[in-house]
Amino acid sequence: MADTTPMPHEGIFAPWDDPDAVPLIRFRNVTKRFGDFTAIDDLTLDIYEREFFALLGPSGCGKTTMMRMLAGFETPTEGVIEIGGRDMARVPPNQRPVNMMFQSYALFPHLSVYDNIAFGLKRSDMPKDQIADRVAEMLRLTRLEKFAKRKPHMISGGQRQRVALARSLAKAPKLLLLDEPLGALDKKLREETQFELMDIQEKTGTTFVIVTHDQEEAMTVATRVAVMDAGRIEQVDTPPAIYEGPKTVYVADFIGDVNLIEGTATKTGEHAYDVAYAAGRDPIKVSECMAEVADGSAVTFAIRPEKLLVTRERPEDRPNALEGTIIDIGYLGNLSTYHVELPGGQMVKATMTNASRISRRDFTWEDKVWVSFRASAGVVLTE
Amino acid sequence: MKRIALILLPYSWLVALFLVPFLIVIKISLSDIALAIPPYTPNLDLSAGWQGFKDFISQLDFDNFVFLTTDDLYWKAYLSSLRIAVVSTLITLLVAYPIAYGMARAPEEWRPTLMMLVILPFWSSFLIRVYSWKAILANEGLLNQLLIAIGVIDEPLLILNTPTAVYIGIVYTYLPFMVLPLYSTLEKLDASLLEAAEDLGCTRFQAFWLVTFPLSRNGIIAGCFLVFIPVMGEFVIPALLGGSQTLMIGKVLWEEFFSNRDWPVASAVAVILLALLVIPIVLFQRNEEKQREAEG
Repeated sequence: MADTTPMPHEGIFAPWDDPDAVPLIRFRNVTKRFGDFTAIDDLTLDIYEREFFALLGPSGCGKTTMMRMLAGFETPTEGVIEIGGRDMARVPPNQRPVNMMFQSYALFPHLSVYDNIAFGLKRSDMPKDQIADRVAEMLRLTRLEKFAKRKPHMISGGQRQRVALARSLAKAPKLLLLDEPLGALDKKLREETQFELMDIQEKTGTTFVIVTHDQEEAMTVATRVAVMDAGRIEQVDTPPAIYEGPKTVYVADFIGDVNLIEGTATKTGEHAYDVAYAAGRDPIKVSECMAEVADGSAVTFAIRPEKLLVTRERPEDRPNALEGTIIDIGYLGNLSTYHVELPGGQMVKATMTNASRISRRDFTWEDKVWVSFRASAGVVLTE
Repeated sequence: MKRIALILLPYSWLVALFLVPFLIVIKISLSDIALAIPPYTPNLDLSAGWQGFKDFISQLDFDNFVFLTTDDLYWKAYLSSLRIAVVSTLITLLVAYPIAYGMARAPEEWRPTLMMLVILPFWSSFLIRVYSWKAILANEGLLNQLLIAIGVIDEPLLILNTPTAVYIGIVYTYLPFMVLPLYSTLEKLDASLLEAAEDLGCTRFQAFWLVTFPLSRNGIIAGCFLVFIPVMGEFVIPALLGGSQTLMIGKVLWEEFFSNRDWPVASAVAVILLALLVIPIVLFQRNEEKQREAEG
């Protein structure tokens, strides 16, 4: 991930860790209500310049409302939104240094690709000859030179998506909003376009805020991801931090696959806990736990399937080993997923790479196996 | 065979209901006036055989069409109709556009009701509605009484029996024909296009002028033709509201038929009117076709 994010002059790009950095966008205690329905609930968030920021969540979580408030199509019921240090409350959409790429693309059907891209520039005070240069530059950036004269209904879905991107970037906005920009593309084209988007974001140095419900997309493109649920932000972090260190059960469950084991925590040392999950079983030993958990409180232990190792014999070098029975095997070619039932009925999923050919696999359905993992492999969650 | 029979049915309707009557009108326009029933000659006598048919053809001539060019009443009436049709189509467009726009922007649950209100006048007789305009526009009519009562004017305005009254009557009558096609294009307009225009720096008005207006072009064209074509031949409204001042070809036609009982000249007037209308009708058809192509 790190080598695809834009780099400032030195070191890793992480202005959110820099106490002196001034955010480009600030949401301060923003609430938005539609009648009785609260779409955004007392939300505070900073987004920095040159970030590729993803708002991720299920439909109805408020992510689109946040984007529309940034664009100026909705005004907050309470709270303040600042862009570049300026309160946006009374600034209409046409005067904001913000452009938006719409989910439906919203290309003007009566205008050619060229005129669609030039539309915003013609509304600005840019001289005519410069407009032509700028449009040509945008056409080049999005590889649309050949289609400049066509109308939107005469090009493919992927090309339309690039016209929408070129049109929203033409005015060189401080902030580009992307509303589910890849939703209408098929899987393969979507993956290609994700890398194109990152490339363009890096080239232009624009701050991107993307709204998506696709967690893979958010993980791939974003410098930071905000996971939202019911009008609140559950967690804001870099993709690795959100994947490896989810702060709530909701986040752990929403991003990727996870095994959730409920138990009771007992502190055993600095950042170390034991989680008792079933009577008569050794507790799960957890180290490097960042959360402070009171002794005896109910917790959820979360661990990703690929962090688990399935073996016939109990491995000596791993502090945690749970004995169980293989119920199901999902073969995906490069990976296999094993569904192992622990005594007491708890199911865990373990994903292992198929390093050798399937005929050499030494366990099958109904086999007794050991599922083992390191003490630092999982996290303890209290919510 | 089945297929031919299927095609034959609608075509035989067209032939019976449009082509045959039209051929009869053409035939009458080529005949001469006569004091008889029907009031023209020649009449085709089928019992005389081939010779009778040849005599019949030889008696037809273009005298009536030549006559139309000698009296300037006719071409003045055509021009006057054209002018009234163009002006009233434009006024109808200006009145109808805001109505259609308002309907298309109204909350979804109101739209069927609004649509209903636009169509509602069709439920009562057209003649009664035009007569009621007489009561409104007359010197002692409701409009003048109202304006005098609220002190806007001292003397009643002379509206009835002037071209103004004809325009009011035409715009009122044909308004739904303009509103409905406009509404159907405006309703289809994607609201995110306007947001995109605003996002790219347009004011509300610029967004309307650069996006909404050009995208409603098809509705504008359809509505204009739907109003222009029937207004060209309109006769009831100028007859009832326009008095003797307003010259329209529909009225001339009516007078030729019923006052002069000169069926051949009246038919010639009708044939020329139809020939004039073929141009806008063809243009209208092409617009419809283009629209279907663009949507398909």
